[in-house]
Amino acid sequence: MNAQSRRFRAVDFLYLCIMILPLICAMALKVCFSVSGEGVQIAGAQIYFTIPMPLMDMPFTEAQVNSWMVIISVWGLCLFMTHGLKVKADTRRQHLAEWCVTMCKKLVNENMGEFFAGYTPFIGAIMAISLFSSLMSLLGLFAPTSDLNVVAGWAILVFALITAAKCRCGPLLYMKSFCEPIPVMLPMNIISELATPISMAFRHYGNVMSGAVISVLISSALSSLSRMVLGWLPGVLGDIPFLRVGIPAVLSIYFDVFSGCLQAFIFAMLTMLYVSGGFPMEEYLRRKAADKQPAKKQSVRLFE
Amino acid sequence: MELALGIILGCCALGAGIAMIAGIGPGIGEGNAVAKACEAIGRQPEAKGQVTSTMIMGCAIAETTGLYALVIAILLIFVAPSSFANVLKEAIK
Repeated sequence: MNAQSRRFRAVDFLYLCIMILPLICAMALKVCFSVSGEGVQIAGAQIYFTIPMPLMDMPFTEAQVNSWMVIISVWGLCLFMTHGLKVKADTRRQHLAEWCVTMCKKLVNENMGEFFAGYTPFIGAIMAISLFSSLMSLLGLFAPTSDLNVVAGWAILVFALITAAKCRCGPLLYMKSFCEPIPVMLPMNIISELATPISMAFRHYGNVMSGAVISVLISSALSSLSRMVLGWLPGVLGDIPFLRVGIPAVLSIYFDVFSGCLQAFIFAMLTMLYVSGGFPMEEYLRRKAADKQPAKKQSVRLFE
Repeated sequence: MELALGIILGCCALGAGIAMIAGIGPGIGEGNAVAKACEAIGRQPEAKGQVTSTMIMGCAIAETTGLYALVIAILLIFVAPSSFANVLKEAIK
């Protein structure tokens, strides 16, 4: 019993390491590669290294590396939460894990319906990665969601999912849906179809990025203000930006925590609405019924 | 050369400022949406959860035009000046 519990603890420790080490790794990389400089720095993701490729050099940026770190970290979190599950929940982490899964199922059931219950893991995954990517800025790291490329990748993935759902009754019906309500609307429909991933990517990126830019601007403004007001203090005291302490943290509650959670929720919600709205439910049910009917007749005949 | 660079920088900044006029639209739109949601909650307090989540969705979609403007403004400030300056240098050569 004792050995088993020791093993349990060791595995627990391993999972915690998987969870925390990537974040420390990302911090170390940032410290190693950071360019020291004075004043306001509003820049995109840093390029760590580039790999020469035939068509174009492939840059590995901070955003890419951080998003991989988030993926590994969320994986570790999931392993940790589901470690040692019992039929009757008695640990805190199992209660939390069950609550998360129940919430995801409820959300998908409410917004998409019973039929789409298979999408629950995808929705949960996209919500988790979006949430933790945005919250990464709380650790002082570059949030992967404030890089357009990362979010655009997710948006393209979701767009493929939406198109797959629309093509469920054959590509012909999908093509026909562009000519509705009248064929003249064809270019409009194509544009609005293409606008879906672009607007999803821009919405997420724009919200997180604008928060980051405003935070940097306000903190730099506060430091110059404190130099103006408190600059007369003697020695080192005059150089410390006192006004910069605390005030940007209050703003960070809105821009990082609230906005990050809201954008994760909205991204998942829009995915659900687009997928369930694009699915040709009536046609699918009609075909299913039509498929079943001949089979029924045959069986009846066999019986006779 | 200096004059041309100055015009490029100034016009990029002006353009970014003008682009953000688009922020007016989403502001009015979201304000209307929230006002109507408040009315709806006042009329039917039991439907608060549904009304709130629908309102947040609507706000997110109404925000899109403003965010397009924001992205354009950010591009104009951080990306456009250097690329335009490069174009200018190429042209002068």
